[in-house]
Amino acid sequence: MADQFDLECRNVVKTFDDFTAVNDISLAIPKGSFFSILGPSGCGKTTLLRMLAGFQAPTSGDILIKGSSVLGVPPNRRPVNMVFQHLALFPMMNVAENVAYGLKRRGVDKQTIAKKVNETLARVGLPDAGPKQVNQLSGGQKQRIAIARCLVLDPAVLLLDEPLGALDLKLREHMKVELKQLQHEIGTTFVYITHDQSEALVMSDQVAVMNAGRFEQVGAPQDLYYNPKTAFVAGFVGESNRWTGTIGSGDDNKVEVILPTGGKVLAKRDVHMPLVEGQNVEIFVRPEAIAIDGACGAENTISAKVENVLFNGAASSLQVRDVATGHEMTVALPQTGAYASVRAGDEITLGWTVENTRCFAANQSGAWA
Amino acid sequence: MNKSSSITTGGTFRFGLLLLAMPLLLWLFLLVILPHVDLFLVSMRERISYGKYEFSLINYIEFFAEPLYWNTYVRTAVMSIFATALTLIIGFPVSYYIAKVMRGKGKNVLFLMCLIPFWVSELVRTFGWMILLRESGVISNFLQWAGLADGPVEMLYNDAAIMVGLVYTSMLFMVVPLVSVLDSLDDSLIEAGYDLGGNAFTVTRDIVIPHAMPGIASGCIVVFMLTLGNYLTPNLLGGKDSLWFTEQIYTQFITRFNWESGSAFGFLLLILSSVIAWVGLKLSKQTLSETVG
Repeated sequence: MADQFDLECRNVVKTFDDFTAVNDISLAIPKGSFFSILGPSGCGKTTLLRMLAGFQAPTSGDILIKGSSVLGVPPNRRPVNMVFQHLALFPMMNVAENVAYGLKRRGVDKQTIAKKVNETLARVGLPDAGPKQVNQLSGGQKQRIAIARCLVLDPAVLLLDEPLGALDLKLREHMKVELKQLQHEIGTTFVYITHDQSEALVMSDQVAVMNAGRFEQVGAPQDLYYNPKTAFVAGFVGESNRWTGTIGSGDDNKVEVILPTGGKVLAKRDVHMPLVEGQNVEIFVRPEAIAIDGACGAENTISAKVENVLFNGAASSLQVRDVATGHEMTVALPQTGAYASVRAGDEITLGWTVENTRCFAANQSGAWA
Repeated sequence: MNKSSSITTGGTFRFGLLLLAMPLLLWLFLLVILPHVDLFLVSMRERISYGKYEFSLINYIEFFAEPLYWNTYVRTAVMSIFATALTLIIGFPVSYYIAKVMRGKGKNVLFLMCLIPFWVSELVRTFGWMILLRESGVISNFLQWAGLADGPVEMLYNDAAIMVGLVYTSMLFMVVPLVSVLDSLDDSLIEAGYDLGGNAFTVTRDIVIPHAMPGIASGCIVVFMLTLGNYLTPNLLGGKDSLWFTEQIYTQFITRFNWESGSAFGFLLLILSSVIAWVGLKLSKQTLSETVG
């Protein structure tokens, strides 16, 4: 039963003095999946990863790798390997020596090491890089060597600590696809830490959204995007227009939210979310869920003035201001090129459905950043 | 001194540059090059009679003919290498602890503690050691008080005492370059070493030491040269029989008033330190510019 999970955490807690970095985290990662932990900086994700690697010990709770507890097992004896944020390739060794390092530590004989190093370098698409020095490699190549250095050891789990952070945008986009493909080919379980939601959404089978030491929601990327369970997830994953207001009247399917500025928005009532009249709530609407002019059965309609046209090809959007309430909103422009003639200063009608309007109890802690 | 440059960027510019370089050039010329040239010339002559000199290699021949001289020469070299190695062995863990284990305030305090002994002169520090080690000194008295020794114990005037003094005197010059080079070692490299299966020994051997090599080389060169040229510590802690080569030079110049022979010895010491430093750099595969820079 436990064997089908490569990595399990049971109620893991880590405190530093009076600060709780990781607060009661439980997770189970199935074999061969790409699992991401997504959260803002300081949410405890790096601490969690360092506990998995063995550099820090949990204050309480248990960590299991392939079904057996690794508490008290030092990093050099755990069947996990880590790709560091700045990769940490050894500059005093060439590429082949870097990849061979772990095998040498295991006392593997020279022929086998040479063979495995060549195989692994070929697997990451750099078969001739062996004799090169680390500083001769480009950013993307270093990335692949850092992964190869771990993969050659056949780890049960590969931990990646924001390894794409140091790359420029174009390369990062490219490496996302490449990492995903690589993981798919080799079938090793990846645990990937990032604050970049697009990295997490594009690559992962499962994403855990982490905030203030806790998991807010664990699910497939589509789940997080379309069915966020908390206000934090709704705000953190993907773009959203956000209002705060109080609950007015409503029925089983929808509630009316009264905005402090006087406007009203109809929002979907989630069965899991007990909402009472007068309660403070936050509501979220995705920019692409808002239709321009074509009020096709939309329950919420407003008229708004265009303040800015942000043209960015397929990801173009409008910044508009609600004429009635003065609330600023972002609206995605359809990719078909319709409304390409909209200019700043135009007045347009916007509409969106109750289905696309999510309503959450306001975040008491105020930790939302 | 006014070397003509192939790039002429106007006389004013070159004059300005020359003016800026003047203190350095004067220092090099007046205090380094000129005395050495003179020393060399003095070493290559023989005194025939009052005020009469002739070119001769007799001073160098004398050095090789007299076993005491070159025995002292070799002994000084070997002892200096040993002192340097000992300083490195003691200094490395200290530096690693300061640079990598300590955090925040404690780090500065420890570093300062290495520095504090150097606020007093070497002479005072050496006398401090003498107070500890002499027959009527602190350690001797303590041993008698504790019943571990029957009579006074003399710990001065032997090679071990010299070694203690030399290592103590040189420690700072080893710790400073080592701390700075270890500070520049990214912690994640050490962690990666452990993560990939290394233990404390292999991580130190394969990652920490190769990274620290320039610091090790520069620390060793400085300590070696200071030790080789040290006069005070071997003389005071080692006594009359310490047989340090600098004492031979002193004797030639001051006691025997034989400047010709003293100059030759001075030159031989310069050659010795240069050769050993060069061999050390070759063995550790370091270059001088890398080590100094």
